[in-house]
Amino acid sequence: MDTRKLVERLQSIVGAEHVVYRPEDLIVFERDASIDAQLPAAVVFPRTTAEVSRILAVASEMQVPVVPKGAGTGLSGGAVPEEDGILLSVSRMRDILEIDAENRTALVEPGVVNLDLSAEVEGLGLYYAPDPSSQKACTLGGNVAENSGGAHCLRYGCTINHILGLEVVFPGGEVAWLGGKAPDAPGYDLLSAVIGSEGTMGVVTKILVKLLPLPEAVETYLAIFDNVPDACEAVSAIIGNGIIPAALEIMDQVVTQAIEEAHHVGYPAGAGGVLIVEIDGMQEELDEQREAVLDLCRAARAREIRVAQSTAEREAIWAGRKGAIGALGRLAPNYYIQDCVVPRTKLPEIMRFVEDVAERYDIIIANVFHAGDGNLHPNLLFDVRDSDQVQRVIAAGEEIIRACIDAGGSLSGEHGIGTEKQEYMGWLYSDDDLEAMRKLKRAFDPDWLFNPTKVFPTGEGPHAAKIHIGKAPVHATAAAAWK
Amino acid sequence: MKTDTETPGLVIPDNEDERVRFEGLTDEDLAQCVHCGLCLNACPTYRETGLEMESPRGRIYLAKAAKEERIPINDTFLKHIFLCLDCRACETACPSGVQYGKIIEAARGEAIRVRPGGLTARFVRWLVFKQVFPFPGRLRALAALLRFYQLAGLQALVRRSGVLRLFGQFGQAEALLPKLSRTFYAAPNTEVAPARGRTKHRVGFVTGCVMPYFFGDTNRATVSVLQRNGCEVVIPKQQRCCGALGVHAGARQTAQDLARRNIDAFEPYDLDVIISNAAGCGTALKEYGDLLENDPAYAERARAFAARVKDISEYLTEIEIDTKFGAIEKRVTYQDACHLAHGQRVRDQPRALLQAIPGLEFVEMKNSDHCCGSAGIYNIVQADMSQRVVAPKVVNIEATAADYVAVGNPGCMLQMDSALAAAGVATRSIHTMELLEQAYQAAEEEAKG
Repeated sequence: MDTRKLVERLQSIVGAEHVVYRPEDLIVFERDASIDAQLPAAVVFPRTTAEVSRILAVASEMQVPVVPKGAGTGLSGGAVPEEDGILLSVSRMRDILEIDAENRTALVEPGVVNLDLSAEVEGLGLYYAPDPSSQKACTLGGNVAENSGGAHCLRYGCTINHILGLEVVFPGGEVAWLGGKAPDAPGYDLLSAVIGSEGTMGVVTKILVKLLPLPEAVETYLAIFDNVPDACEAVSAIIGNGIIPAALEIMDQVVTQAIEEAHHVGYPAGAGGVLIVEIDGMQEELDEQREAVLDLCRAARAREIRVAQSTAEREAIWAGRKGAIGALGRLAPNYYIQDCVVPRTKLPEIMRFVEDVAERYDIIIANVFHAGDGNLHPNLLFDVRDSDQVQRVIAAGEEIIRACIDAGGSLSGEHGIGTEKQEYMGWLYSDDDLEAMRKLKRAFDPDWLFNPTKVFPTGEGPHAAKIHIGKAPVHATAAAAWK
Repeated sequence: MKTDTETPGLVIPDNEDERVRFEGLTDEDLAQCVHCGLCLNACPTYRETGLEMESPRGRIYLAKAAKEERIPINDTFLKHIFLCLDCRACETACPSGVQYGKIIEAARGEAIRVRPGGLTARFVRWLVFKQVFPFPGRLRALAALLRFYQLAGLQALVRRSGVLRLFGQFGQAEALLPKLSRTFYAAPNTEVAPARGRTKHRVGFVTGCVMPYFFGDTNRATVSVLQRNGCEVVIPKQQRCCGALGVHAGARQTAQDLARRNIDAFEPYDLDVIISNAAGCGTALKEYGDLLENDPAYAERARAFAARVKDISEYLTEIEIDTKFGAIEKRVTYQDACHLAHGQRVRDQPRALLQAIPGLEFVEMKNSDHCCGSAGIYNIVQADMSQRVVAPKVVNIEATAADYVAVGNPGCMLQMDSALAAAGVATRSIHTMELLEQAYQAAEEEAKG
């Protein structure tokens, strides 16, 4: 591939200052928040749909792989570049184009930060519901690509439940509108095909989202348990009683201690399991639910239950929870976060299994997860400089994934497959299942250029899980492309 | 090497080459960053550019890559490392406890060590950090010259002439020149300002190197507020610039020498508390322990010194203060100086003090803890980015319709006043201590009837 020619063509579309190609600049683009790494040939920062369209036309013509990127906070490697490929960043496309308060919709560009949208419409009594833990940094474009979830998706659903329409530039440069303000667009539901497609089908350039009215009342409780399985039992009991809280989040002792160091939320030392319960809605509704929730927690042996007394206290609890993954940096330089889902009633059993795996492989596993959805996030902590530890982490991770699938669960709740879980797709799907998906991708991306090495198994087998956090001297490798 | 005749023994190195690689930075400091990206949107330069290289996560990655010799330290590296405002907003955002300031300052030190930079930048740094700030006498002379420039009408003449355009970004810096205080702040010759009434506390006061000239009133107000609250204020004559500007610019040796000077100056008084009224200085003073950690003779003393440093607003909310304030009928908003909010985690204290003043209508602005773009000499050496960063600040201040924007750092006052004036917004900046002193004076007036 002629990198110099590619860069020149990209520069002619977006301007020289909006193409990054110097090796010493490219290096910061080799990673997202996952454990994989790869240098691209160039990073391009378009401002308009028209520019995106022209970039994709060039990519098709030159047969160069393309990876779209939001903020790079993804955990499965979706925004890790392809070798000799274009990394297409939407970080300059960050305008909120229209807020329609009466119809409760907003039209935004893909680079708009999730939380910025909610902040913008707060004065109108509205918010955007899906709240990934990285919401203060992640983009709505990235959320669409990964069909991101979040703590409050238990009651409100994931990204897909909040997208009404998309402008998508497909490989080759065609610009299409999917969905719209009116419900039930006739024809194929391509919206659902594109949401969660992890950048394998095109680039989203405009997003029409649903906004929700801010709930009249919100209450947040912190229930403290001796262990995680007890907390899981409380979760099953609450939902079993017909209550759907806004959020049900569990953290184990490793996580609460790390968070406590960071945020001083007031998590008690030595608590084996902490459950955050948030209920929201009409005041009357909350008054009915409160005692039931607290009783069910007590019945599951909650040692103590704290009720947030103010907005500040509630925000502190959430700041702690949403910073949980990052706070793990206090314990180890690297984490491998998993995203399996199991039927809720299987949670206590799986959590015991995770504990057992940690012991057998002699690694620290920190658990913080969306218990209400049965969505686990075991964080396998490691130091990439210790290759033996890296191997143990990969093997331990595989055991956990296998156990979750055997328990009737799934690979991923909200982080996407990316490079991290692609080799395990065969554990969940048959060859025919996977071929059906490949056919859909080929329909839009016949040359297989969009995030081409991700999502689908490469056939290298499960043990090919990638931990490639960069080590090669960049001025030697990338500079070679310029010779 | 040469020594300073004014301050015998002060070492002003001709270059910084003699230091070790990435001095003060360990692999563990870098490993603390898990690359989660939660810092991105907190960073003013990332918000402006959308570029990973201009983000905290990106700059940490660059520093790590350079330290591991994956990338060379060249002009590109310098550009990114020096476009950072060192505002520390990322430290507030970071759940992992990454000490970003330490990383960026070490990276700058390294950049200066191996690549002293372009000629202009090098000249400015040499002039400012080696020739001016470390020497109180030279600062005083420069300030006097500047006062003459302003009072004699030369400034108006120069501004009209268009000659400033010839100086490029440094010409823009002229607009930032504050009006010098009519009377410079002079510490008492006895080095002690006595408490009014019974002496309840004994505190040290860091005057700052430019504060006496540009912000004489702020220093007078700060000392007066302390005196009114039973503090005997010790102001050692031997104190020097805190070294913050040097640390931020990568001139670590100069900063370390200044730090030793200040420790020597304050130590003999055996003070429990050392007060700063400038957020940038306060943060640097609180980090003397890091700055001198490899100096066996000073490491422990530096830690002890740093532990005693408090911002004035922080201190006033810890002691019992006289709350008999007179009324100030003004609408006031508050700007979180980065090195107070992010650098020292001091947010509530200044607000509590302001809200205790009767008649004062306190109104929060949007994003009060976003940087104003002042950042030491950033607004001079990175004038364009500084202007981009201050633009939303002006909009947010204007939206409050406040008479004053209170702030706890002099650099922010210069920057905001200049930008507000240029935008035709009537709000003016004021140091929190000046409002407090005004409130005390108003009470005295009321008592006189």
